[in-house]
Amino acid sequence: MTALNSAGWRPEMNAGGADDTTTFTGNRALMLEEPLLFEIGSTGTTGVDFDEDAPAADLGALARSAPIGLPGLSESETVRHYTRLSRQNYAIDLGLFPLGSCTMKHNPRLNEKVARMPGFADVHPLQPQETVQGAYAVIHELAEWLITLTGMHSVAMSPKAGAHGELCGVLCIKAALEARGEDRRVLLVPESAHGTNPATAAFAGFAVEDIPATPEGRVDLAALKARLGPDVAGVMITNPNTCGLFERDMKAISDAVHAVGGYVYCDGANFNAIVGRVRPGDLGVDAMHINLHKTFSTPHGGGGPGSGPVVLSAALAPFAPLPFVTKDGESFRLIEEENAGEDHPKTFGRMTAFHGQMGMFTRALAYMLSHGADGLKQVAEDAVLNANYLLRSLDDVLDAPFGASGPCMHEALFSDRGLAEGFSTLDIAKGLIDEGYHPMTVFFPLVVHGAMLVEPTETESKAVLDQFIGALRSIALRAKNGDPALKSAPHFAPRARLDETLAARRPVLSWSDGAAGD
Amino acid sequence: MRYLPLTPDDRAAMLAAVSASSIDDLFVDVPAAARLSGPIEGLPAHASELAVERHMAALSRQSHAAGDGPFFLGAGAYRHHVPASVDHLIQRGEFLTAYTPYQPEIAQGTLQMLFEFQSQVARLLGTDVANASMYDGSTACWEAIVMARRVTRRSKALLSTGLHPHYRSVARTMAKYTGDSLVDGDPSLEAGTDWAALAAAVDKETSCVVVQYPDILGRIDDMRALAAACQAAGALLVAVVTEPVALGLIQSPGEMGADIVVGEGQSIGVGLQFGGPYVGLFACKSKYVRQMPGRLCGETVDANGKRGFVLTLSTREQHIRREKATSNICTNSGLCALAFSIHMTLLGEAGLRRLAAINHGRAKAAAAELAKVPGVSVLNRGFFNEFTLLLPVEARPVIHALAEKGILGGVSLGRLYPDNAGLANGLIVAVTETVTEEDIAAFAAALKEVLA
Ligand SMILES: Cc1ncc(COP(=O)(O)O)c(C=O)c1O
Repeated sequence: MTALNSAGWRPEMNAGGADDTTTFTGNRALMLEEPLLFEIGSTGTTGVDFDEDAPAADLGALARSAPIGLPGLSESETVRHYTRLSRQNYAIDLGLFPLGSCTMKHNPRLNEKVARMPGFADVHPLQPQETVQGAYAVIHELAEWLITLTGMHSVAMSPKAGAHGELCGVLCIKAALEARGEDRRVLLVPESAHGTNPATAAFAGFAVEDIPATPEGRVDLAALKARLGPDVAGVMITNPNTCGLFERDMKAISDAVHAVGGYVYCDGANFNAIVGRVRPGDLGVDAMHINLHKTFSTPHGGGGPGSGPVVLSAALAPFAPLPFVTKDGESFRLIEEENAGEDHPKTFGRMTAFHGQMGMFTRALAYMLSHGADGLKQVAEDAVLNANYLLRSLDDVLDAPFGASGPCMHEALFSDRGLAEGFSTLDIAKGLIDEGYHPMTVFFPLVVHGAMLVEPTETESKAVLDQFIGALRSIALRAKNGDPALKSAPHFAPRARLDETLAARRPVLSWSDGAAGD
Repeated sequence: MRYLPLTPDDRAAMLAAVSASSIDDLFVDVPAAARLSGPIEGLPAHASELAVERHMAALSRQSHAAGDGPFFLGAGAYRHHVPASVDHLIQRGEFLTAYTPYQPEIAQGTLQMLFEFQSQVARLLGTDVANASMYDGSTACWEAIVMARRVTRRSKALLSTGLHPHYRSVARTMAKYTGDSLVDGDPSLEAGTDWAALAAAVDKETSCVVVQYPDILGRIDDMRALAAACQAAGALLVAVVTEPVALGLIQSPGEMGADIVVGEGQSIGVGLQFGGPYVGLFACKSKYVRQMPGRLCGETVDANGKRGFVLTLSTREQHIRREKATSNICTNSGLCALAFSIHMTLLGEAGLRRLAAINHGRAKAAAAELAKVPGVSVLNRGFFNEFTLLLPVEARPVIHALAEKGILGGVSLGRLYPDNAGLANGLIVAVTETVTEEDIAAFAAALKEVLA
């Protein structure tokens, strides 16, 4: 164990003379440093009591002999370790988290309670079907909501997150083409698309080609039409797109793609902007993933889990993955490998071990039931209103590249144009940290230089937005005037800017006792 | 609506501020033909917290929860006791309502936790490095096959017959469309995995051999000879662990020479949850780190020289490399990784070893008791906490008959391999520390009755 606190104060830090903010512990009142588990725990300590002794094992040569090196802590130390770590995180519960495209909205706690009900949380995915009717009922009810809200034919519930949903949709397209005896290799994806779109297309074996955009930030329909042909399997279009704009020509795009025998994949990560106002099914979409962790507010949990059900058109539905739930009269039944031959013969197969993200289904369903048809529409409207309010309250101090393209949807996009020499989007982001906000999404979408994508969501009040606008205006002005203090922001966070180059050049990805490095 | 803070006055003021006469003005880009007017038909209106809770509780009661009676299911998802503090800590808003730590200065909590998680996973699996999680074991398994293809520039993967059939299905689905070739098959109840044949099948086209440990039938075998055969042929050995608690008692795949070790981390900290969300574990030798999928957290220093953590080696990932990325994964299983890490911290090495030993002892006791039922025998020679019973009749109807008696008696091979009549009498039984002696006695008695 390291003496004192290796994460904070070390003797050499006082070498240049202690300043009045240095403390012995490295702590600063409520800002508490926390060593690594490996520095405070020991392999002999456990925070779990057992009712019985460990019986002798008879595993012969396979028995573990060498130490594993897993430190333990008592329960009290464990609670403190993680509580102290948690306080070094920003979170929606603390304030505005306007991370564009990620939809960081309030996570209702009722949903947490519901997800922990034993009929959902304490059931095994392979239990006999008659013992899990309640779990199937949740999946089925959620599926009905998604189908109704999108106006699509059916929905595949098993994808584990947005990117996994993209994979599901793209595999449906592959399977449909194969069923037609066609080998089309190209998926067209705009440069503004999220990185998962081209990555998914490639993961499924497609070649990716770019779709040009118009100066106003939308798909260039004429250019798209010119590229369509017998080698094109389809398009992947995000709508509303990542510039925060509704693709006005979506129906015309779909018609053009269908006319040449292709399919339309829609990235529905931004569905939260249009729920109840327009149905993708009316725009000719063949497949679209819905991020339950965005639109329907299942918590993001520091990186996941998510859930990415995919709604499908009648053309693609026959190829949907296994397993899925179907309703027979009053009871529910699973379609899996055994009965697929009869009930779903064209399926492309299984894409995950079990049924998908049940824990997210229960939360999303509780969210939908809470809002209802009326509330969900209000969600979209308030999200769009909040974003437009931000856009128009900031576009005199920050460059809004598509500000003239009409109203934005649920997010407002700015660029770094007009900042002082040497100042970038990163400096604005870090300045926001000092003001007590999580920064917006930065440097995405790639089509805008120094992009700043601000998504307030509907769960923020006007007062919160007004304060944020004030803070961002002041930072924008500082960046335009070249305030050097901004270059070294954040000043008040648990850490100053971190050396990412060092991290990548000499990767230390795992704790090792003694010498630094792994 | 309780989650929406804007008041009607706010909305009016804000519409005026953006020069819109009504909210419809902000949706002008939606073509008129597709615009919806009025509330969505066919869906109910908003509901109170009480009403929603009632509705969901009624649905919850329509399932037989694992805790409602004797419970013996495994086959890739295991019921372990999760200490109360785990669920409390993962519900701290600072963990629950944060996202991928893109801004490290205000995400050190998540980042340090991920660094600790990666370190725990690497040690448990016996490898150098682990990533910050995948969706689940089955998707991690396919990602390992893809990674082996990248590393070896070969595209034939040999899947051991002991691999979970759903993991194999996922690989088959993907391989159908990526052009990878898979050599696979069903396990046999008459003989163990033919390790010599598997090793002999590794050739110059083989990218990897995928083996599960313990395997789908609960068998545990030494994979050292196979690792050597892979190495000799320039192929990678991929080991899949669906029950990581086992590694408290048996040697890790990494120690036995596996190049990539993937797994399902659900059994530590996460709970059954009807199949998800779970947490995919992904670990490998450090020489392959730049070919790994998913997020990686690494140590660095900040501008003041203080230690800190960041997401690193991102040039592998979709947001930088797009179609050239090692994987399309973005959102992963962060919160489940946290649950895993907290539970592992509570256990520590001593606790994990003891938990594993208790599981093993309980399973041995159950196997002995169940083998006394007339006509029933245990297939396995060795096992950890899961074994396969051979019944005198098909296992599927037996499972349903047991369920009627309130006993969830395992996973029938007929459910997992519906096309293979030769496996129909097999029943996979898992026994963890949550199973009591009374549960075992009740199971044995009921099985006897059902088979009589
Ligand atoms: C536009 C867009 N598409 C796709 C994704 C991928 O979704 P996920 O992270 O759930 O895989 C995201 C978010 O990360 C996104 O913002």
